[in-house]
Amino acid sequence: MKVVYTDVLVIGGGLAGLRLAIAAKRRGHDALILSLVPPKRSHSKAAQGGMQASLGNVIKGQGDNEDVHFEDTVRGSDWGADQEVVRMFVNTAPKAVRELAAWGVPWSRVRRGDRTVVINGQKVTITERDEAHGLVAQRDFGGTKKWRTCYVSDCTGHAMLQAVGDQAIAASIPVHERTEALALIHDGGRCYGAVVRDLVTGALSAYVAKATAITTGGAGRLYRVTTNAVICEGIGHAIALETGVAALGNMEAVQFHPTGIFPAGILVTEGCRGDGGLLKDADGHRFMPDYEPEKKELASRDVVSRRMEEHIAKGKGVKSRFGEHIWLDITLLGEHHIRHNLREVFEICHYFLGVDPVKEMIPVRPAQHYTMGGVRTKPTGESPTLKGLFSAGEAACWDMHGFNRLGGNSVAETVVAGMIVGEYVADFCDRSENDVSIPTGVVRGFLEREQAKLDRLVHGGGTEDAAAIRARMQEIMTAKVGIFRRGKDLEEAVDELQKLLVRSRSIGLRSRVPGPNPELVIAYRTQKMLKLALTVAYGALTRTESRGAHFREDHPRRNDVQWLKRTLATWKNETDTLPALDYEPLDVRRMELPPGWRGYGAKDYADHPDTAARQAEVDAIKEKHEDRFERQRALMPYAHLLPKRLQGRNERIDERFPPAEPNGTPESEFAWESE
Amino acid sequence: MTTTTIVKAPSTTPAPSATAARSGGVATGTKIRVHALRYNPQEPGSVPRMQTYELEQSEGMTLFIALNEIRETQDPTLQFDFVCRAGICGSCAMMVNGRPTLACRTLTRDVGPDITLAPLPVFELIGDLSVNTGKWMRGTSERLQAWLHGDAKARDINRLEERMEPELAEQLNELDRCVECGCCVASCGTARMRPDFVGAVGMAKIARFRLDPRDKRTDDDYYELVGTDDGVFGCMSLLACHDVCPKDLPLQTQIAFLRRKMAGKGWA
Repeated sequence: MKVVYTDVLVIGGGLAGLRLAIAAKRRGHDALILSLVPPKRSHSKAAQGGMQASLGNVIKGQGDNEDVHFEDTVRGSDWGADQEVVRMFVNTAPKAVRELAAWGVPWSRVRRGDRTVVINGQKVTITERDEAHGLVAQRDFGGTKKWRTCYVSDCTGHAMLQAVGDQAIAASIPVHERTEALALIHDGGRCYGAVVRDLVTGALSAYVAKATAITTGGAGRLYRVTTNAVICEGIGHAIALETGVAALGNMEAVQFHPTGIFPAGILVTEGCRGDGGLLKDADGHRFMPDYEPEKKELASRDVVSRRMEEHIAKGKGVKSRFGEHIWLDITLLGEHHIRHNLREVFEICHYFLGVDPVKEMIPVRPAQHYTMGGVRTKPTGESPTLKGLFSAGEAACWDMHGFNRLGGNSVAETVVAGMIVGEYVADFCDRSENDVSIPTGVVRGFLEREQAKLDRLVHGGGTEDAAAIRARMQEIMTAKVGIFRRGKDLEEAVDELQKLLVRSRSIGLRSRVPGPNPELVIAYRTQKMLKLALTVAYGALTRTESRGAHFREDHPRRNDVQWLKRTLATWKNETDTLPALDYEPLDVRRMELPPGWRGYGAKDYADHPDTAARQAEVDAIKEKHEDRFERQRALMPYAHLLPKRLQGRNERIDERFPPAEPNGTPESEFAWESE
Repeated sequence: MTTTTIVKAPSTTPAPSATAARSGGVATGTKIRVHALRYNPQEPGSVPRMQTYELEQSEGMTLFIALNEIRETQDPTLQFDFVCRAGICGSCAMMVNGRPTLACRTLTRDVGPDITLAPLPVFELIGDLSVNTGKWMRGTSERLQAWLHGDAKARDINRLEERMEPELAEQLNELDRCVECGCCVASCGTARMRPDFVGAVGMAKIARFRLDPRDKRTDDDYYELVGTDDGVFGCMSLLACHDVCPKDLPLQTQIAFLRRKMAGKGWA
C-alpha cells in the first residue's frame, strides 16, 4: 500500500489550486498538488477577456470602487449570492491584480491621451488621464456599471496561469501531474485525503493530508455543447458528493455563454462585445437593443443568451447546415484592435471556422460555460459538514455568483479564493487539534474499495457502453436542462438520467490493457458524472421559479417568497438514484443590497416579505453616513471574515493613501523565505 | 503518403475566406486514413508499430474530432492528449505528417486523406501519441529558474501597482504567449544530440524575463543559466523552432539577440 503524506493536498492544478497551495506553503505548510494535466494546461488558461477588479484607472472606470463592483456582482447573481462573500471578494480583487503584476503578469496598460473606442456601435474618442499612464488598463464587460475588467490582450487566463504556475515552481511545490483523485478518504465527519489513480501507470495510491482542497473547476462536460475543456467533467464535485456528507450547492445554476463559435462551442470572449462588437440576426439587424434598451449586448450573460435563443425561436436565426446561429460582428473594431486586443479570437476564427473576423462576421450560439454551483463551503472555504475538506474557485460554492456569474468574475475568483482560502487552510493546519491520526486500516479500506470498483468495470462482465451512455447524458442535458427549462422536460430528463445511472452500474470494457486505459477512465468518470447530471437536473426540476441562469418557462418569475434559498444536495447511499435536496435560506434582513430589479432582463419578481422593511433600514443607514466605508460597515460588516493581511483598503488614483501612513499590511511580512 | 499542406501562421498569411477554406483539400464524405504510431510501454510485449484507421471526412473535422471518433468507435485503447481543443493549452502537439504541430486545430481536410501521426520525439513517451511534455517543461523551468525574480518584499498590494509603458507590456505579452507545447523542442537538431538542451522554449523564457524590468536579475545571472552548450551556445541556428511554433513567437530574433548578449558576457 503506497501512502503519500502531506499537510495540504490540493486536488486540481488550475489557478485556484496553485494560488491556494502557494498561500499554504508561504505559511510553512507542505502543499502537494494533484493535476490531471500539467498545471499550465488547466482550463484557467481559457479565460480570455479578463479579470474584474475595481482599480478605476481608465477614464471609463473613474469612480469605480468595491461598492460598485459589489452591487454589479449581487445584481448579476439575481440575489442568489452570499453578500458577505461578495464583499470579501471585491475587496481582495484589486490586491490580486497587483500581486499578479508583481509576479510578472504583463497586464495591458493605460496610455495617456486620446484614443478611439467603439461604444454602442459608434466610434468615440475618449481621453485617458496623465496620472493613469502606465497603470493597469480596464475594458468593458457585461453587467457592469464601470469599465472594470483588467486584461492581457485576450489571453488573460494564460498570462495569469504562466505567472502563478511559475511562482508555484519557484516555491518548490510538487505537482503530481497526470493523477486523478477517485475518492475522498473520510470517516463521516473528517476528511483525511484521497485515493488517487496514476494516469500513466494506472496504479492506485493513497494521499493523506491534514487539509484537502478541491479546486477542480467546472463540470461543463455534462453538456454536449460547452466551451469547457475536455477535462472539465466535474469529478471533483462528484467525489465530494460521493462522501454522502459534503453537500453541493446550487448545482442547477448553470451559465450559458452567448458567444460559443458555432457549431464547435469554442469560446470567443465577452471582450468582443465589451470592446464594441454587435450581435446580428439573419437580416443583419442588430437586435439586442430591441430587447434590452439599456445594456444591449452588455446585459448579463444569462439575459443575452436567452434573448439570442428567443430571437432564433422567432425565426430570425441564420440557417446553416449545422442548424441555426446568430452573427457576432466585430469588423467595426478594425484590424489593429482585433490583431492586438482580440488575438486569440482571430486565431480561433482562422483555424476553426476559416473566417477572418476583420472582414467577416463570426457564427455564434450560446453554449454551456460555467458551473455556478459547487462544493458548499463557509466563507473560509471549508465544508460546514466535512471537517478538513476545503474548496475554492469554480469547483466551490462559497457562494459569490449565486444564479449567474458576471464575465471577468471567474478568473478573478480563482486567485482571490486561492488567496483567502489558502490563508484559512494554513490556519487550520496551524492548530494542533487538526493533526491527522487516521489508522492505516481505514486508508487501506478506501484503497481496496476503489480498486474493487475498477476491477468490477474491467472484469465484471458488464455489457453497457460507457461512451454511449455519456453521449446520451450530454444530449439530455443540452436538450432538456439548458437555457430554457420546462417541468415536463426536466421530469423526462431526471427519469432518463436515473435509468442511465442504473445502466452505468453494468458498464463493461472492450479492452483490458494495462496502463491508464482510456476506456476505463471514461467508464468510471461516466458513473460519477451521471450523479452530478442528476443533481443539476433534479435541482432544476424542484426549483419552481426563474432566477439568473435558471429559467423555467413554466415559472418565469423570480420568487423571493419561496425560493430565496440555496439548494444543498447530498448523495446518501451508493445505491440511490437521486440526491437528497435540502435548502438553506438567505437572510434578507442582513443583506447590504436587498433584492430588487437587476437593471436588465425581466422586471417580474415576487418580493420577499422582509424586503420592504430591510430596504427602509438600508435607506436610513445610507442617509446617516457620508463616508462610504462607515456606511458599508453599518450596513453589513464583513472585514472580520477576511484574513488579516487582506483586510486593508485599496488605493486608487482618486483615493490616494497618505504617503506617510501606509495602509494595510506590507507585503514584506509575507515574503518568500528563500528571498 | 500525400503531400502535406501546412496551415500557415495567421500573422504572416491572411486567413482564407470561409468559402476558400471550405472548398480546399479533402472533400466531405470521402474516406480518410489515419496511420498512428502505437506503443504502450506499460504493456509487456508491446512493440512500436503503425496502425491504420479509416473514417469518413466530416465537415470541419479536426484531428481532435477524428481521434476521439476512432477511440469511441474503433479502438478504445488509443492514447492521445487533448485539453482545451481550442489551440491554447499546448497539450496536443504531435507529429502530423512528419511535422510537429497542435493536433486540435489541424483540419483533416488540410492534411489528408492519408494522415500519419506520431508522438513528439525527445520527450518521454507515455503511450501511442501521448508524451510527457509537462515533466520536461517543469524540469527546464527549475533549471533555468524561469520565474520572475522580483522584489516582491517591497510591494504593498494595497497600493497602486508599479507603472509600465504600454508598449513594453505588449512586448512582454508577445514573448509570454508560449504554450509550452514542445513543438520547438521536437523540431530541434540540438535537442536530439544534447539531452539537457533548454530548447527555444527555454531561451525564449529567459529572453522574456530579461526584457522585464520587474525581474532584478542581471546578464551575469542569465549567463550562469544559459551561457553554455546546453543553452544559447548549443543552438545551431537551424531554426526549425521558428518555423513550427504554433504561436508564431519571434524565436529567431530572440535567440540571436540573447546569444549576442551572452557572447558579450562570455568575452568580457
